[in-house]
Amino acid sequence: MPFVSGLKCRECSREYPAEALNVCDFCFGPLEVEYDYDTISEVISADRISKGPLSIWRYQDLLPASGENPVDIMAGYTPLLKAPNLGKRLGLNNLYIKNDSVNPSFSFKDRVVSVAATKAVEFGFETLACASTGNLACSVAAHAARAGIRSVVFIPSDLERGKVIGAAIYGPTMVAVDGTYDEVNRLCSEVGDNYPWAFVNINMRAYYAEGSKTLGYEVAEQLGWRLPEHVVVPSASGAMFTKIWKGFNELACLGLLDGVAAMSFGPDQNTVHHPAVTTRMHMAQAEGCSPIVTAWKEGQTQVKPVRPNSIAKSLAIGNPADGIYALRVINKSGGSGNTVPESDVVDGIKLLAETEGVFTETAGGVVISALKQLAESGAIKPDELTVAYITGNGLKTQEAVEGVVNPLMVKPTLSSFEEALSERTAIRR
Amino acid sequence: MDRQRVKFTFESEMVKEPIIYRLGQDFHIVTNIRRADVREKLGWVVLELDGEKEEIERGLQWVSSTGVRVDPVGGDVIAG
Ligand SMILES: Cc1ncc(COP(=O)(O)O)c(C=O)c1O
Ligand SMILES: [Zn+2]
Repeated sequence: MPFVSGLKCRECSREYPAEALNVCDFCFGPLEVEYDYDTISEVISADRISKGPLSIWRYQDLLPASGENPVDIMAGYTPLLKAPNLGKRLGLNNLYIKNDSVNPSFSFKDRVVSVAATKAVEFGFETLACASTGNLACSVAAHAARAGIRSVVFIPSDLERGKVIGAAIYGPTMVAVDGTYDEVNRLCSEVGDNYPWAFVNINMRAYYAEGSKTLGYEVAEQLGWRLPEHVVVPSASGAMFTKIWKGFNELACLGLLDGVAAMSFGPDQNTVHHPAVTTRMHMAQAEGCSPIVTAWKEGQTQVKPVRPNSIAKSLAIGNPADGIYALRVINKSGGSGNTVPESDVVDGIKLLAETEGVFTETAGGVVISALKQLAESGAIKPDELTVAYITGNGLKTQEAVEGVVNPLMVKPTLSSFEEALSERTAIRR
Repeated sequence: MDRQRVKFTFESEMVKEPIIYRLGQDFHIVTNIRRADVREKLGWVVLELDGEKEEIERGLQWVSSTGVRVDPVGGDVIAG
């Protein structure tokens, strides 16, 4: 059984039972899962985790759904790749790539959806739903298929082919909305209010978002129960950003990090900061949709919503639900906000592919370009341990990089081949 | 009767306009503010609206037409 004690409003601290709730009834603030950490600390250990399944469910003691029979298509436990070639190009000697593009439905969303789907089944829902610019739709459809329940996915009608097919293949009811993102939002809020469905980012949101903590746990475990000095993370709603930070702090408070003494979580579990957690949290957003980074740069405490217009559709969320909380994490951790010009997104994708053999989608291009800025400005020093989170797969956004296709066109003769080869100075026998 | 929870975001000059007052006066809508943060240049208000469905829709259309942004209370529902 999960060690959940209930839900708590992030704004007014009112408490609720662990049910399928959306926002606080009183102030409409977001709800967060509360844990019984005293009991967790009695059972959890690095050894117990290491004997768990090779998926996010190895951290089941810290997840809000039961790990006994999870909806698990093996999300998580993705490679942490040392990146010497990219590091050399950027002047960083201690760089790692967390390659979450190799999840079952090819993005980190499998982590959050595995938790949401497990919870939805626990609550007895028969339909799993979401509104998505692609990755989430793929993951919801895949997990619903695995769970044997129905899925309904709402997508904007202008989505990349790889994402549409990558979701449709699992057999969801797919609704392509011919309207602006605002209109998709309005429609889906209404559907959420009127249908008895588990909407992963509405009534499952408190549970769903917790799945992203595993991106923090895994990196720590893969580094030998240490934390990086810097992380670079792409943000849309800002939820993953806050949860990686929360994951680091949970490990520290539970005494799971090497050489770090346990500490009480205190009354406000969701904002606890263990002094041993010194990781600087750097956020990456594309210029065409950067509400959180803009607020950070302007020193604001509020996040002004924007109308997204970005090639990085997976990050194109104009009114980020966790924007202000992510902003606080940037500040608390001594991190930074980084906007990447739209024209640099594809350069980032290519740079990672050409140096490390990892093909990421536009969100990953944003991360690599932001990493480059941070290295060039000296915000990240050459020897500092840095992890860049690559959260989605390049095969889903092929349209963005079609220009790379430029083969030697030859007749099936050796002379034709050699003639063509000689025209490309870069290629030698 | 219908009930809707929304967030209004005001920018610069609009911060000073009595939008919520007029929404209650000019439309058959009862407004109930739950949380707000209004600064000099930017402000938001989270509120609940009670009224007939069509009337709420009409009211929200008017609010949007003034340049105030209307969103779901919990931020964007659509995700990446
Ligand atoms: C590939 C990818 N990276 C990052 C994100 C951002 O996640 P969050 O909304 O938690 O900030 C998303 C989706 O939202 C995504 O699809
Ligand atoms: Zn509340």
